Amino acid sequence: MSLAHRIIPCLDTDGERVVKGVNFLGLRDAGDPVALAARYNAEGADELVLLDIAASRDRRPTYLETIRRVAAELSIPLTAGGGVRTLEDGRAAVRAGADKVTVNTAAVKRPALISELSREFGAQAVVLAIDAKRAGNHWDVMVRGGRESASRDALEWARMGVAAGAGEILLTSVDRDGTQSGFDVTLTAAISSAVTVPVIASGGAKSPGHFVEIFRDGAADAALAASIFHDSVQSIRTLKEFLASSGVEVRFPC
Amino acid sequence: MKITILDYGAGNVPSVERALQRLGVESHRTASPDCISKAEALLLPGVGHYSALVRALDEKHLRTPLLDALRRGVPFLGICLGLQVLFESSDEAPQLQGLNLLAGTVSALPPGVKLPHMGWNQIEKKRESSLLSGIDAGAYFYFAHSYAALDSNNIAATCSHGAEFAAVIEQRNVFAVQFHPEKSGDSGARVLQNFLGLAA
Repeated sequence: MSLAHRIIPCLDTDGERVVKGVNFLGLRDAGDPVALAARYNAEGADELVLLDIAASRDRRPTYLETIRRVAAELSIPLTAGGGVRTLEDGRAAVRAGADKVTVNTAAVKRPALISELSREFGAQAVVLAIDAKRAGNHWDVMVRGGRESASRDALEWARMGVAAGAGEILLTSVDRDGTQSGFDVTLTAAISSAVTVPVIASGGAKSPGHFVEIFRDGAADAALAASIFHDSVQSIRTLKEFLASSGVEVRFPC
Repeated sequence: MKITILDYGAGNVPSVERALQRLGVESHRTASPDCISKAEALLLPGVGHYSALVRALDEKHLRTPLLDALRRGVPFLGICLGLQVLFESSDEAPQLQGLNLLAGTVSALPPGVKLPHMGWNQIEKKRESSLLSGIDAGAYFYFAHSYAALDSNNIAATCSHGAEFAAVIEQRNVFAVQFHPEKSGDSGARVLQNFLGLAA
């Protein structure tokens, strides 16, 4: 009896539709977020992340109507983000139905945003998203969708974020994102041992073996992926069956 | 029957409303002492900081009507902080007094494990439980908390994360769960359904 490792599908949207693309280039439509959310909820996803990746680019707040419609489909937790810059943005996302709010670029610019959200909603509702990219013998924090270096060490930023009140870290390897060559085990293990909060690994997943690896060797508490689920390259149930047969504890819906 | 949701401003009220809606039950949220006094069944969801809940109970003058209702036998379900507030106090805000309906205090989960305790975990039944009726032994529930009731009477089921703690509490008309049934898929829906059955 112990905590199950979580499988988390991620819906990247342009506000209204799920989109796919590497580094914001060549975004193409990948479906209706509401329909995908319902499917993942039924297939045994442990949580869902909904990221409005166009909000920052278009300098607008996160699209609340999509949060509302997706939340209505779910009987599992929902994390929403993209364009959360202020406490008021966070409040709006929570009121729309998000259980947790994720912050990234805005928190790098103004770490107090983490504390403000954490004081109001509790640490368990604040997910610090860190996009990390290898730079020599350390990892750099990247902002603006992974395109710009914040000139900050990822391990240090993770510790700072947790001290400020983040209850979870959503760690994306910019080096692996979109490559389908597997999660960044070294990066994830380093961050996971640097902080006391759960770490969600993201970027690079394709095969079920990648998931076994990130839980077993990367010390990830949860693993997130997008396109392999959207394109049905991988069904959540089959993935979980593989994990269970490899000795990784997972939850099966009844 | 109508469920009265005590809405002190917690973030998970909409989720609880939706979960009840899916079960075909009418609910309404309130922070009015009068509505709480008249409630047929009460639900107290809670996430966030213990002090936010306790302060809201006092500032909105809900403590007395809530305790009166519980003593009168009105069916009650507390979720997460709604479980913790039933005890004498919590280490999260030691200066504040809980509802003091159950003996014991709420403490921080011990270090050495990832905190918050966040995600899906299994529970261990300690005795017959009406809330858990029809639920498989291996069922998972969604938890998101850093504090817990580590020793308490009235425990129907426990969970373990660094230490064993109360996951389900039942004492006559007072039911409480540390996990979030509104976020726990089908097993969570079953717990809510069981409570509705008990409250009817």
